[in-house]
Amino acid sequence: MATITDPPSEGFRLSQLLYDTRYRSMTIQVIAFILIMSGLWWLANNTVQNLAALGKDFDFGFLSNRAGYDINQRLIEYSNNSTHGRAALVGILNTLLVAVLGCICATIIGIFAGVLRLSKNWIVARLMTVYVEGFRNIPLLLWIIVIFAVMTESAPQPRDFRENGSASMILFDSVAVTNRGIFIPKVVFTRSLGGNEVHTIEEAAPDAEEEAPRAAVGVYGSSRIATGGAGGSSNDDAAVSARDDDSASGVSREEGEIIPTSSGTDWVLILGVLLASVVGARFISRWATARQEATGIRPKGAGWMQIGLIVLPVVAVLIALGATLEYPSLQGFNFGGGIQLRNSLIALWFALSLYTGAFIAEIVRAGILSVSKGQTEAAFALGLRPSRTMNLVILPQALRVIVPPLISQYLNLTKNSSLAIAVGYMDVRSTLGGITINQTGRELEGMLLLGLFYLATSLVISGAMNLYNNSVKLKER
Amino acid sequence: MSETHSHSASYVRREMLPQQDPPALQTGAVKWLRENLFSGWLNTILTILSIFVVYWVLAHILPWMLGGIWTADSLTECREIRDQLYGEGGREVACWAVLVDRWHQLLFGFYPDDSYWRPILSLIVFGAAVAPVLYESVSRKLLLLTPLAPFIIFWLLWGGTIWGPLAVLAGFVLGWAVFRFGEPVIGSLGATLAAILVPILYWLFAAGPIASGLSSALPIGIESVPSDDFGGFMLALVIGIAGIVLSLPLGIVLALGRQSDLFIVNKFSVIFIEVIRGVPLIVWLFTASLLLNYFLPPGTNFDLMLRVIIMVTLFSSAYIAEVVRGGLAALPRGQYEGADSLGLDYWQSMRLVILPQALKISIPGIVSTFIGLFKDTTLVVFIGLLDPIGFSNSIRASTDWNGVYWELFIFIGLCFFICCFSMSRYSQFLERKLRTDHR
Repeated sequence: MATITDPPSEGFRLSQLLYDTRYRSMTIQVIAFILIMSGLWWLANNTVQNLAALGKDFDFGFLSNRAGYDINQRLIEYSNNSTHGRAALVGILNTLLVAVLGCICATIIGIFAGVLRLSKNWIVARLMTVYVEGFRNIPLLLWIIVIFAVMTESAPQPRDFRENGSASMILFDSVAVTNRGIFIPKVVFTRSLGGNEVHTIEEAAPDAEEEAPRAAVGVYGSSRIATGGAGGSSNDDAAVSARDDDSASGVSREEGEIIPTSSGTDWVLILGVLLASVVGARFISRWATARQEATGIRPKGAGWMQIGLIVLPVVAVLIALGATLEYPSLQGFNFGGGIQLRNSLIALWFALSLYTGAFIAEIVRAGILSVSKGQTEAAFALGLRPSRTMNLVILPQALRVIVPPLISQYLNLTKNSSLAIAVGYMDVRSTLGGITINQTGRELEGMLLLGLFYLATSLVISGAMNLYNNSVKLKER
Repeated sequence: MSETHSHSASYVRREMLPQQDPPALQTGAVKWLRENLFSGWLNTILTILSIFVVYWVLAHILPWMLGGIWTADSLTECREIRDQLYGEGGREVACWAVLVDRWHQLLFGFYPDDSYWRPILSLIVFGAAVAPVLYESVSRKLLLLTPLAPFIIFWLLWGGTIWGPLAVLAGFVLGWAVFRFGEPVIGSLGATLAAILVPILYWLFAAGPIASGLSSALPIGIESVPSDDFGGFMLALVIGIAGIVLSLPLGIVLALGRQSDLFIVNKFSVIFIEVIRGVPLIVWLFTASLLLNYFLPPGTNFDLMLRVIIMVTLFSSAYIAEVVRGGLAALPRGQYEGADSLGLDYWQSMRLVILPQALKISIPGIVSTFIGLFKDTTLVVFIGLLDPIGFSNSIRASTDWNGVYWELFIFIGLCFFICCFSMSRYSQFLERKLRTDHR
């Protein structure tokens, strides 16, 4: 007769902790927990002892102290009287600015290069291979420095733009490429919501005086950081003072003329209107699709209605605000008016875009190759034209492969923007993790905040990626 | 013709026509050109545009590079020679003389001149040690060198007494001996624990005194070179190779931890990987140079280069862990179950069944992480180590070579390109070699 072996009836023995699979995992985990905790305790204990020995405390109060240094590149109002916290915010916005600009540009470059690398055109495909391999195999830092050197060494000086000079402005005299950066026109409003000043001789003078000292501090404040990097940005900073003065005194105007300006409120209004119209256009598109599915005929003019809904309100707001372009023009030794894109921003932006673009090109290529040829052939057999085959059959399937690594490239780009240190671009690492730490001596707190910022950014981006992945995942039963 | 044969001509042709050449547009180079370069108006535009770009770039760069001046002592002298050769305000040419003058700094940093054979020999030893690992056709006997190579290279590069590395090496031998002879007596688990504990105790307490005792009794050694003298491309290679060699095993362990069912091990691995990956390397390097003193017992201070190697290793091991995790997740569930049903325990099934397949899948990702690590070694310039880019700045800061940009950048870029490109080619070779599916 078959007998069932009884389970061992003896009680718990100590050796079971090691040899019984029911308990062994618990043993391992407890040991691991103890080891990790004692390691962390050792680190924390050392830190406390070291801080005590140095006479320091752990305090974030320094964030509300006066910063005392100037930042030449800023998206929000900031002066050297602002706090360290605000300086960090300016840095964060600068990091995000270059990251967003870089992501957009890298995507465009990457898609073009990836598609062209698959082209049957031999010479184009080889050219793109050279681009991709060149950028993937040479350090990003070298590219940043090279592009910065090209900008500062090879571009003409502002004085070459004078009458009889060797250089001239491009695009109908609206853009000037100089060795102090690229000057582009700026949108200003004659009926700004932030209020316009009326030009009077008396009013302009004190304004200029107020601006001058701030700009002067900017030169010293910024040249201090530039020493760590590739150097050579000191003449770049000199441009700040000149430009600040110019924008204050402005172009010569008639007495009583309205000075066009732009305030944050204007841009918030424009962006709001644009967002609302895009949402409206989405509704029209949904309505048109519903009609098409119900009747088989897409309502005529739905596309035009969408375009009109997006364009017309924005144009109306721009006219209502009295938008005009302020062109950069040569004033004294430098350009005034318009927006100055500094060499540091341009070099960082271009290098990040080209470098990440090379990686994105490979991702796009792999994505397109991953869609089997049978899909294309089946689409052709159905009578779809090549363009519709691409849009309706290949791309939706390729995107599922492309998007996850693409977003991880965006993450890499955001993190690589910390290489701004090489060209003296004032990102969050240079403000919070650089000058603020040097001035206050709060390395521990500063680095902690800096790390948390990057960590939060990448967690947000990868969280968004997971949401997207789940929504496009093949639904299998 | 038709008249003469009209009565006898059959409906079907009886004799073969002589073979004719295909139309001129359908053969040889013309056909290739038509199909590959001018197949449509878009392609034609692209071709013309590309040819123009290639011509423009080459027309600017080739004369500049080929007409370069190789013998001069300073940039001013270079320009004088150029003016003599091509006339005042003639064409611009490269001044390669800067490389002739400063190549030793770009490659070796401040390493003593008379000891350049040491890094070169280390590179040869390294090549010999990895060759049997990388290529199966290389003699297996070279594998004996592989475990010894780290000690030989360390001793060659840093110099000093030979007894230090030997004493450390003895620890590994001791651990192996404890395991080998302890296993029959105290069982495999006890022997493993002993083989870990005994060498650690030996290194902590015995290795130092033994090494110093031996070196005073029998001083064998070469001139000691401090880490501060390391620089240039050699520094990038030392940091890069050390990081690559150390981060692979650590990354695999982290990936296994992240796939593990053990709650605490799993969560700890996840937190470690995400925190490391979430923050840029440059922040970690600053942490290493600014903050590490806070986390260590008061009074300890160790080599900046060692700190950098540790940070770079930790950083890239987190990336490798994610790549390997992808490989582990891509394996079909049946492989895990098959290994279990054979009665293999966890480590055996990982070693014999799972990891060989998972690592094969993740080769491209692992190698591109290595390439990224090697390129990231340039970031050490920000914490004061003099890598090639650091030296290019300091060469430009000297009065002789103030204003030299492109020659240095081209040289540095070429060095990195050769290393990284050969790594990526090797990974493609390995992929082809290991491909087992039927194609």
